[in-house]
Amino acid sequence: MTRLREFVRENARNPNAIAYAVMAVGAVSFPGIAQFATGGNADYLVSLAADGGVFVLLAIGLNVVVGFAGLLDLGYAAFFAIGSYTYGMLASEQLISSPIHHALHVPFWIALVLGMFIAAGAGALLGAPTLRLRGDYLAIVTLGFGEIVPRFFRNMKDWTSGVNGISALDVPTLPFWITGPWANTQLAIDQNFRFVSFNATAWYVLIIILVVASVFGVNNLYRSRLGRAWMAVREDETAAAAMGVNTVNTKLLAFAIGASFSGFAGAFYGAKLSLVSPDSFGFIVSITILSMVVLGGMGNIPGAMVGALLLYWVLYKFLPDAPQQAAALADNLGLHGLNTVVPNGWPGIAEFVSRLKFILFGLILVSIMLLRPQGMLPSRLRSQELKRGVHDESAVVTT
Amino acid sequence: MIGALARTPATLRNFGNSQRATLAGLLIVAVAVVLTIQHVLQHDPSYFFQILTIGIADGSIYALIALGYTMVYGIIELINFAHGDVFTLGAFISLALFPVFGIAEGGTGYGYVLPLLAVAVITMGLVAVVNVAIERVAYRPLRHAPRLAPLITAIGMSSILEGAMYLWKGPFNLHYPDLLPITRLNINGVSIGVKDLIVLTMAIVLVVAFTLFINLSKLGKAMRATAQDRDAAQLMGIDINRTIAATFFIGAVLAGAGGIIYGLYINNVDFSLGFITGLFAFTAAVFGGIGNIPGAAIGGLLIGVIAAFNNGYFDSAWTEIVIFGILIATLVFRPTGLLGMRVPEK
Repeated sequence: MTRLREFVRENARNPNAIAYAVMAVGAVSFPGIAQFATGGNADYLVSLAADGGVFVLLAIGLNVVVGFAGLLDLGYAAFFAIGSYTYGMLASEQLISSPIHHALHVPFWIALVLGMFIAAGAGALLGAPTLRLRGDYLAIVTLGFGEIVPRFFRNMKDWTSGVNGISALDVPTLPFWITGPWANTQLAIDQNFRFVSFNATAWYVLIIILVVASVFGVNNLYRSRLGRAWMAVREDETAAAAMGVNTVNTKLLAFAIGASFSGFAGAFYGAKLSLVSPDSFGFIVSITILSMVVLGGMGNIPGAMVGALLLYWVLYKFLPDAPQQAAALADNLGLHGLNTVVPNGWPGIAEFVSRLKFILFGLILVSIMLLRPQGMLPSRLRSQELKRGVHDESAVVTT
Repeated sequence: MIGALARTPATLRNFGNSQRATLAGLLIVAVAVVLTIQHVLQHDPSYFFQILTIGIADGSIYALIALGYTMVYGIIELINFAHGDVFTLGAFISLALFPVFGIAEGGTGYGYVLPLLAVAVITMGLVAVVNVAIERVAYRPLRHAPRLAPLITAIGMSSILEGAMYLWKGPFNLHYPDLLPITRLNINGVSIGVKDLIVLTMAIVLVVAFTLFINLSKLGKAMRATAQDRDAAQLMGIDINRTIAATFFIGAVLAGAGGIIYGLYINNVDFSLGFITGLFAFTAAVFGGIGNIPGAAIGGLLIGVIAAFNNGYFDSAWTEIVIFGILIATLVFRPTGLLGMRVPEK
């Protein structure tokens, strides 16, 4: 008991520990509270939260690349696409119509690992020739890569059904599963359980497990020799090389490990949606994930997670709901004129608010960078850097 | 110390080798191009020249936009993602100004030349002011921050500009009045559109005027000095902030002109046009050697021609892949671009 008290006292002022605690409590209690608050109609909310978990995974992965190793990746969604398509092709009827005429139906759990390794391989493959490039050149190469990959999948019609995407993906299965009031049913054990798409809670639990495992993994990496090497490379590549850090391998590993997270996040996402389409991996996705990491606090794992959750909520819940809310508000205030659509003129308040989304997204990005560039939950080292700007390469090199 | 030694001579030491390799590469490419052209000419020369003119006309628009990218990159080492949207904004503003000056589709007489010029001047001025404002608000406060910071505000500004145009006109394809003559010249059985020639001429005039300005004017000299060494330029009495603002101003003038020319040429604009066009133009700037003004112009033309040939002879679904493939290949194998004399690591 005293141990516990000491543990709490030690961590009560540590923002990271608080963030972890709040997220853990929130994650465990969310389905139950949501079901209770909506009278048992929270499947939609829980499903949305599970998709949010995918973005948390992506933010954790990108944080390794951008936050730890300081490599700017503007095409992170490409690896997400690779993970999704790996699962889509391996675990559906898709390959029957491909030149190999044989559907593989690889089980989800194996495909998850495969997706991870294939994405990591793609990361290493892209990284190998490009990592000697300076920061913003690397950013451009990754941007180009991010634009190429989804288009490539779209064009390989025989393998991926092109624009239509791959649908009817296999669902993960487990020998048994426990359901209960948190999923709005009786406490029971399901045998031969299948993750059907309407069982939102099962997907939610699965993503929580994946996120927790990732957090442990990344935290260990962060404290390992490799993690310190990443930090060293980020701060000063030349000095790191002089200290015996193999900078190329270090950067390559950051790229590959970062990509591997989006690989299995992609497999999960494809399986949950049961659809993989080339439209879901555009530049905007890469930018969204990057903004999540920056908003939360680059180089800090709980920061990236908090940023992901917050921005996910804004982009996928608040903004999509805002038009209806605005229309309802206008009606309630008696401003019916705002809801009248004038042809070639006023599009109605709902449409107007929905058209505001790009501006709002841009304002979020610009104002974070101007007002709090270190993010909401900064890593201590990074925030010092951002304030004093010691990372200004031209200043370092010319001396 | 060791790092500095290891870093700087890397480009110098390998220069001889890489130059020879590049020459050999260029030779192979040239032979391949000549063989292809010969093959194509024997089969259908008319189609070939049609594609070529489209490519050159498109390419000259890319060149206009690429100049803005390359200048801004040369001077503050920032990829100004908002630049492509400044280009679209030029098309949108001019579209809104046409009724004011009584320009409408139908007549394509010479009476439209003066109002069109007026629209162009006002548009270029407005987008230039917008671009300077963007620099002032989003980039200047972050000039000493790590590179990532202004890059993210640039993406944010791009989103804001796109959002503003989306709010203004909605997600629709807008028709841009077709004012240029649609007659085609027939030279030895090869049909060339007058429209393509006009677009090309306008772009060439602008690029040449701009190059002369950079090379001859005092402001141009200040820009080159600032790009070379900001601190030294400041010590020599150059007002850095004013010079950078002027760079954004001129870049936007060219982008605005590009927007009008694009509208007159393609006759179809929408709010998200700037994203992909901007990326193509940026590829052109990198291809030609970023920071290098003639390089951007040549890169623009090449990118336009490559894109047109890919659309015309291969499959337009692969055009973007080819262009971005060029982008990656350029950066990996020759980061200084085709004409880049600049050492990439400053």
